[in-house]
Amino acid sequence: MSTALPTAQSFVATRTGPKLIVTGALHIDTVAAVDRAGLFERAREATMIDLGGLTRMDTAGAWLLVDLQSRLSAAGSTPTFEGTSEAQAQLIETVRHSMPPADTAQAPERSLADRLESFGRAIVDGARKAIALISFLGQVIATLAGIVIHPSRLRLTSLVHHCQEVGLNAVPIVALMAFLIGVVLAFQGATQLRQFGAEVFVVDLIAISVLRELGILLTAIIVAGRSGSAFTASIGSMKMREEIDAMRTIGLDPVTILVVPRVLALMLMLPALGFIADISGLIGGAVMSWIDLGVSPAVFQSRLVSNTDVWHFGVGMIKAPFFALIIGIIGCFEGLRVGGDAESLGRLTSTSVVLSIFMVIVADAMFSIFFAIVGV
Amino acid sequence: MTDSADDLIIRVQGLVTRFGTHTVHDGLDLDVRRGEIIGVVGGSGTGKSVLLRAIVGLLKPDAGKIEVFGQSVRDTPDADYRRLRRRWGVMFQDGALFSSLSVQQNVEAPMREQLQMPPDLRAMLAGIKVRMVGLPENALANYPAELSGGMRKRAGFARAIALDPEIVFLDEPTAGLDPIGAAAFDILIKQLQAALGLTVFLVTHDLDSLYAICDRVAVLADKRVLAVGSLEEMLAVDHPWVQEYFHGPRARAAQATAGGH
Repeated sequence: MSTALPTAQSFVATRTGPKLIVTGALHIDTVAAVDRAGLFERAREATMIDLGGLTRMDTAGAWLLVDLQSRLSAAGSTPTFEGTSEAQAQLIETVRHSMPPADTAQAPERSLADRLESFGRAIVDGARKAIALISFLGQVIATLAGIVIHPSRLRLTSLVHHCQEVGLNAVPIVALMAFLIGVVLAFQGATQLRQFGAEVFVVDLIAISVLRELGILLTAIIVAGRSGSAFTASIGSMKMREEIDAMRTIGLDPVTILVVPRVLALMLMLPALGFIADISGLIGGAVMSWIDLGVSPAVFQSRLVSNTDVWHFGVGMIKAPFFALIIGIIGCFEGLRVGGDAESLGRLTSTSVVLSIFMVIVADAMFSIFFAIVGV
Repeated sequence: MTDSADDLIIRVQGLVTRFGTHTVHDGLDLDVRRGEIIGVVGGSGTGKSVLLRAIVGLLKPDAGKIEVFGQSVRDTPDADYRRLRRRWGVMFQDGALFSSLSVQQNVEAPMREQLQMPPDLRAMLAGIKVRMVGLPENALANYPAELSGGMRKRAGFARAIALDPEIVFLDEPTAGLDPIGAAAFDILIKQLQAALGLTVFLVTHDLDSLYAICDRVAVLADKRVLAVGSLEEMLAVDHPWVQEYFHGPRARAAQATAGGH
C-alpha cells in the first residue's frame, strides 16, 4: 500500500506499510491548509512517523504532529517519531509540554440563576459606588470645612489656575452657545406666537426659559464635557503613574491638593459662566426678536424689566453652585478610581461625563419641584 | 564560526541617528550571526533601545545601512518590508501588551493580522505559545492589568514568538524582575532559543543575563559599538567604561555565580 496525500503546497504524507513518511515544509503558513482528518485516516495504525524528509518545521508544525500522535494514541496505537534532527526532537518535546490540559471542559452555559446573580451583583456594585461617591462628597466637604478654619491650607495658586482653566477659558464657547439658544428660542417662539398675534410674549418666553433653566443647565452640560472630563483624565493619569500614592507617602493629602481647588474653582466659576450665558442668551433673543418680529431693543428691555420677576434669575443662579459641586465631585471621584491601565482611564473619563450630565439633569428636576413647592 | 555573508543575519554599517542636535549614534557598525544570543550593553542614554528601534524600522536613521536577512530595512518596498517584518518578533520593555485585549488575544493578534487561519487553530497555537513561556493556564483569559510585571514580560515574549520568527528582539527582558524571576526568564530565553532556533538580540543591563545566556556581547559607548566579542574578550578591552562595567563588584559577583554552575 503506497498512496500519497497531498495536503498542502509542499507538505506530503505517504503511507508505506506501518510507516507514515512526511516530507516538505510544515509551518505556520501551511498547517491551516493541511487536511487533518485525512492525515489521521492515512496515519491510522501506523507505528512510526518518519520526519526525515521535513525541510522545515516550526511550533505550529510540531503541534500538528504532536496532536496527530495523541489522537492516534487515543485510537489505539502510538506511533513514534523517526528521523528527527536534534533541534526538531527538542521542539517536539517543548510543544508536547505546552499542549492544553486533557480536561478541556467547555465553560457551561450561563443559566438563569447566573444571569440573576450578575444582575444582582451589578445592583450591589451600583449601590456601593453610590455610597463611595457620597462618602467622597463628605470627605471633600470636611476638607473644605478644615480650610475655612485654617485658610492657609488652601492652595491659592492652584485655585486661580483652575479658575482660569474652567472659567475664563470657557467664556467664548459658553457665550456663543447661549447666544444661539436665545436666537433659536426667539425664532421658534415667534413662529408659534404669531398665530395668536401674541408676538410680544416672546420676550417673556425667552427671559423665563433662559434665566430660569436653559442658561445654567446648558452651561453646566458644556462645563461637564469640558472640565469634568479634564478633571478625570488629569487625576486619573496621576493615579496611573502612582503620583497620588507618592503624595500620600510624603504626607500630602490628594483631596486638599487636587480635589478641593478643582471643585472650589468650579463652584466659583459656574455661577459666573451662568450669568454670562444669561446675558448672552437674552442678547441673542433680543437680536432675533428685532430682526424677525420688529421688537426693538428698547421695547424688549422695558418688557423684560416690567414682566419678568427677578426670581427667575435668582432660581437659575441658586442652582449653579450645586451643579458645579456635582460636576466637580464626580469628575475627581472617577479620576481617583482609575486603575493601573490606560483602558480604565478612557472608560472612567466617559463615565464621568455621562454620569455628571445625568446627575445635573436629575438635580435640575428636583430643584424644579422644590421651587414649585416654595412658590417661586 | 565563520563570518560569511550567509551567517550574518543582521548587518548595521555606519549608522548615524540624531535627535535634533543630539547625536546618538555616529558611525555605528554591528553584525549579528545566525543562531546566536547577542547581548547589547551600554550606559543609560547610549542608544541601545534606539539601535533596536532603528533595526526593526521604527525609527529612520540619518545615515548608514541596516540589513536584516540581506535586505535593507528602510529602502525596501512596503510589501517586502511586511514580509521581512514577519520574520522577527519584538518584545518591548514591560511587554507593551495591548491593554484592551486578553493575553490570548494579544498572542493571537499577529496571527490574526498576518495569516489566514481558522479561529480554533489560532486559539490552539496561541495557547501553546502562552504555555511555552511558562504562564499558567488561567493567565490566557487575563487582561494585562491583572498580570504582574514578570507575567506581562512573559506574555510579551509569547506575542513576540507568535509567528515563529527567526530573530527576536528583547528590550531589557529582565529589568524590574526579582532575581529568581530574572534567572527563570534567562533560562526561558535560552531554552526557546535552542528549541526554535532563534537568533536573539538582547538589550540588557543585567550582568547575570550576560554571563548566563549570551554568546557574544556588544558594548555601546562613545556613540558606536566599542567592542564585540565573548565575555572573556570584554574583560581585556582597555576602555574606562568597559573596565568598570566588567570589573565592578556586580560583574565579579555575576561571574562567580556563572562560574559556580
